[in-house]
Amino acid sequence: MGEDLKDLKILKQGAEGKLYICNYLGKPTLIKERFKKKYRHPDLDENITKERIKNEARSIVRCKAAAVRTPALYLVDFHRSRIYMEHLEKSITVKDFIINHVKGETDKVKLGLISKLIGHTVRKLHESNIIHGDLTTSNMLLVQKVKSDDENWLDGELDIVMIDFGLSFIGSSGEDKGVDLYVLERAIISTHNDYPNLFEDILEAYKKQSKKNLGETISKFEEVRARGRKRTMVG
Amino acid sequence: MVIAIGFEGSANKIGIGIVKDGEILSNCRRTYVTPPGEGFLPRETAEHHRQNIHTVLREALDQAGITPQEIDVICYTKGPGMGAPLMVCAIVARTCAKLWKKPILGVNHCIGHIEMGRLITKANNPTVLYVSGGNTQIIAYSRNRYRIFGETIDIAMGNCLDRFARVLKLSNAPSPGYNIEQAAKKGKKYYQLPYCVKGMDVSFSGILSYMEDKIDELLKDYTPEDLCYSLQETAFAMLVEITERAMAHCGSDEVLIVGGVGCNERLQEMMGIMCAERGAKLFATDERFCIDNGVMIAHAGALAFESGATMDFNDSTITQRYRTDDVYVTWRND
Ligand SMILES: Nc1ncnc2c1ncn2[C@@H]1O[C@H](COP(=O)(O)OP(=O)(O)O)[C@@H](O)[C@H]1O
Ligand SMILES: [Fe+2]
Ligand SMILES: [Mg+2]
Repeated sequence: MGEDLKDLKILKQGAEGKLYICNYLGKPTLIKERFKKKYRHPDLDENITKERIKNEARSIVRCKAAAVRTPALYLVDFHRSRIYMEHLEKSITVKDFIINHVKGETDKVKLGLISKLIGHTVRKLHESNIIHGDLTTSNMLLVQKVKSDDENWLDGELDIVMIDFGLSFIGSSGEDKGVDLYVLERAIISTHNDYPNLFEDILEAYKKQSKKNLGETISKFEEVRARGRKRTMVG
Repeated sequence: MVIAIGFEGSANKIGIGIVKDGEILSNCRRTYVTPPGEGFLPRETAEHHRQNIHTVLREALDQAGITPQEIDVICYTKGPGMGAPLMVCAIVARTCAKLWKKPILGVNHCIGHIEMGRLITKANNPTVLYVSGGNTQIIAYSRNRYRIFGETIDIAMGNCLDRFARVLKLSNAPSPGYNIEQAAKKGKKYYQLPYCVKGMDVSFSGILSYMEDKIDELLKDYTPEDLCYSLQETAFAMLVEITERAMAHCGSDEVLIVGGVGCNERLQEMMGIMCAERGAKLFATDERFCIDNGVMIAHAGALAFESGATMDFNDSTITQRYRTDDVYVTWRND
């Protein structure tokens, strides 16, 4: 596997696979290849890989209906465990943006806009019963709201693109959504520990995005969170 | 130069160790082993520690070949852990501090594991997988704290293994996890169990209850060895996966495994393969340092002591819940 990708530029090795960039039908394309993980049992590996590819492809399609931006899906090659998708060349992960382009607590406006984008988008996913499964700031990209040649596009209007749907699934329960929020909270607290209010702001935006009843989501979220705090830790 | 003694008794091991500037002078330990099918309870465990702590202390001092007067600081596990057993060590540590007129310092057990691992392996700034009876955490250092990036959302890896050992009535000597590891080596048939990963978090309660509910049925087609093997393969794959996810997220190329489950050779092997596949480096230790011990408390305490940390005698209490990221790390400034 991966043989015919040898000449392609490897963009990076992510959490689950290798990312290559190429040109597919004239468009800048990113190939996400989930190569065989030799550390796990072959049966388990095959199941997980198939499952993840299916999840990713399905959710990207579903996001379109939910008006959540994702890279466009070009091709799914189950045989080689590859997904071909739009490569957003002019993009930056929310993680890198916050770390490198937000300058301390004084940059409140920028951070406020980001929190809103994240909160609103996650809420839209959940309203459509899409559970992302791996909500971190590495899995959110910022792009220009309106495409242009502007070199300083990071200072202009930005839009958020959700990526990495391998762990996603369809779920309508408060528990599923609550856990999704919990995963996000934990990732934010650990990664962006210099912005202690960031998650609260995101949650605020999440709540306000829609007038629809949040149902059990928030109480389940708080329940999972409390479970974590109460867990005894012997050994 | 700092000589530190450490008292550890947060679970079923009572350990006392002495270090001198990172050099281990002694590392003595006794384990409370319960009959097959039974876990350890606070009262009995504390009783075990009370019965053994003086012998272990004598042994640790003798092996180190030092007198109490040479010790600079007395360290003990402040938490997390079981209340009654923690208390046994805290009381003896306080008594020693008064008798020998030495300063006392409470240490976070998890930080003890991490610093011990860094000392033994010389890993510099690794992503840490901390897996033990009561903890399952993916940790990375940032701005003076060990931050928790991933965690179990229900039971710990070790707890899951221990309880499964009880279902199979495996011996608890030297530890249930060790016996599962040995049995797994003889397993051949893989049975696919529920696999549950949520971002950088995991859940093991599903696997355990699945096994508990179906055990009689499963044992018709699978040997206990097959089931131990299947459990390890599934659960460890989850641990390796979340470790890798945290590495990608943090941009890290070092992994350190600490905690009691960390001495499992299959887990180390799987983690090693993952690291090789992404050009990263694995650091791990054996049971002397992975499993709860006094040296880890002495060493972590010494680091804090050297960086100026102090504790008022009146504050030398214990706490059952004490998170890894509650500790302000004064001895690192990277
Ligand atoms: N369509 C894309 N366009 C540009 N960059 C991308 C795209 N998809 C992923 N990336 C970059 O690659 C990284 C890893 O991709 P991701 O889909 O999250 O895979 P993994 O499952 O390995 O985390 C992302 O954090 C992001 O920096
Ligand atoms: Fe421990
Ligand atoms: Mg990702």
